Amino acid sequence: MMNETIINVRHLFAGYNNNAIMEDLNFDIQSGEVFVILGGSGCGKSTVLKHMIGLVPPVSGQILIHGEDMVTARGQERNRLLAGIGVAFQNGALFGSMTVLENIMLPLIEFTDLPREAIEAIARVKLDLVDMGHALYLLPDELSGGMKKRAAIARAMALDPAILFLDEPSAGLDPLTSAELDRLILELAGSLKITFVIVTHELDSILAISDRVIMLGKEEKGIIAQGDPKKLKVDPSNPYVYNFFNRNP
Amino acid sequence: MLFSGRLDAPGVARLWDTAVKTVKKAGQGKIRIDLESVDYMDMAGATFISYLSRLSGRTPTEQSDFVTGVKKEFAPLLELAQKSKNEALAPPPKVSYIEKTGEDLVTFLEDAKMFITMVGEITVALFSCLKNPSRVRWADTWMVAERSGVNALPIVALISFIVGLVMAFQAAIPMRMFGAEIYVANLIGIAMIRELGPLMTAIVLAGRSASAFAAEIGTMKINEEIDALTVMGMEPVRFLIVPRVIAATLITPLLTVFSNFVGILGGMVVILSLGYPPIAYYNQVVGFVSWEDLAGGLVKCFVFGLLIAATGCIRGYQTLRGPSAVGDATTRAVVSSIILVAVFDGIFSIIFFYLGI
Repeated sequence: MMNETIINVRHLFAGYNNNAIMEDLNFDIQSGEVFVILGGSGCGKSTVLKHMIGLVPPVSGQILIHGEDMVTARGQERNRLLAGIGVAFQNGALFGSMTVLENIMLPLIEFTDLPREAIEAIARVKLDLVDMGHALYLLPDELSGGMKKRAAIARAMALDPAILFLDEPSAGLDPLTSAELDRLILELAGSLKITFVIVTHELDSILAISDRVIMLGKEEKGIIAQGDPKKLKVDPSNPYVYNFFNRNP
Repeated sequence: MLFSGRLDAPGVARLWDTAVKTVKKAGQGKIRIDLESVDYMDMAGATFISYLSRLSGRTPTEQSDFVTGVKKEFAPLLELAQKSKNEALAPPPKVSYIEKTGEDLVTFLEDAKMFITMVGEITVALFSCLKNPSRVRWADTWMVAERSGVNALPIVALISFIVGLVMAFQAAIPMRMFGAEIYVANLIGIAMIRELGPLMTAIVLAGRSASAFAAEIGTMKINEEIDALTVMGMEPVRFLIVPRVIAATLITPLLTVFSNFVGILGGMVVILSLGYPPIAYYNQVVGFVSWEDLAGGLVKCFVFGLLIAATGCIRGYQTLRGPSAVGDATTRAVVSSIILVAVFDGIFSIIFFYLGI
């Protein structure tokens, strides 16, 4: 399945208020791959993600999802593009006044004509997929960090998007929970053929799950390395990248 | 039952009712589903097939009896949907009215207990700071005084001016019938200085500063800043609440004097429009309002300031967890402050009546 290009980023100048922190980014993401955007703290990876999900307009450039530009899309076209993607935010961003089940049901209630019974059945399946079937009636406040992230992934998958964007999925989790989340991502990518775009700097996760990475450099304001992370880890040609992957200060 | 086309959310929405009815009507084990003509299926479609399978009384292992013609690419989706227990996990039981009332009463009593405890803690901290003023964080105190006092001047001025103006207009109409318009000045003077000046200032402060105190301290509580102060051995009450209480208590009388002045000015506009000179208005006010009236109003608003600041801080300190916690604390701060101001205003009226002020 990994052959069709699903996202093309072209000449992207990422930043806020005409102040570009990344310049002229160009990369493609293939359908079905687990693609990781990584880089040091504060380099602008979350900003690039926010441009890709249409939350913040970039300084300039194109982000083509299925060939349509997320940057310029408006109205119906934009809604259609947004319906094809799911986003799980760093802290889950679950709605605090709703139970876990209601959180997952919300997008289905808003964007489909499915009867209530069907919506509940689908939401339960999604929660079972992320192993949260036991927490249906809990409020987000009653969940641990790992559970919140899993529930957020279930909500992001509610409408069966083709692409899932995850912002720092492993941040703040213990190694076991983090590994469990990695397994879940691989399982979902394998069985549901979802394309994952993940922003993270957790090396263990990157090596475990990603097919391909791009590494952003703060000083260089651009991509300083890209490819298979396992190869980058053993390639000493770029000392910064090599040291990053091998935790050499 | 033969399905064709796309089995995604819109497709399932169209088919759901008919399919469910058909399966129920056919009875257990008497229907099969053919998916050979299905071109596309996602998890919504897989959940739908799995739901129908259960409805027809098949266990997940018997699904092959029920569903035929599954394309290779859809098999993993159906497997995932079948794996899901999707059992009707019972929602938590609803709390009965009696239990709810009991819970509310316990919450109210706990809240009252905590409020009284906090009042005690604040009082102890204030006395301790009175004995040793260097323990007060004066830099914070002046900053809060500026934010709650100086920055509140425009809104206090606006409200007081309008109250004075409107009251004078309303009073002038009946008084004119008796040729007694000039006595509007007496009314405005006594009403602003004894009652409305302190009350308007207190209400503005409750809306502006009590809410701000509750939100600031509530956010600090959620961010564990208060826990950090505690473990570093700094008393949060002295560190956070005392500066706010001292600042609000000091600035409320000052704001009230300003409110009195502007309110009386509002009344003067009406008197001038009725053809009286400013000096007549001035003489009327000064001749009628006594120093006791002014002192009574100022004592009252001194207490109002104390109440508003303490309530705002206590409500902030009581902030629970959760996204709506700070909002709840802010609302409770404003409501509690206004109720306390109204209650204490009544108490002061009775005391002043018996003291003959």
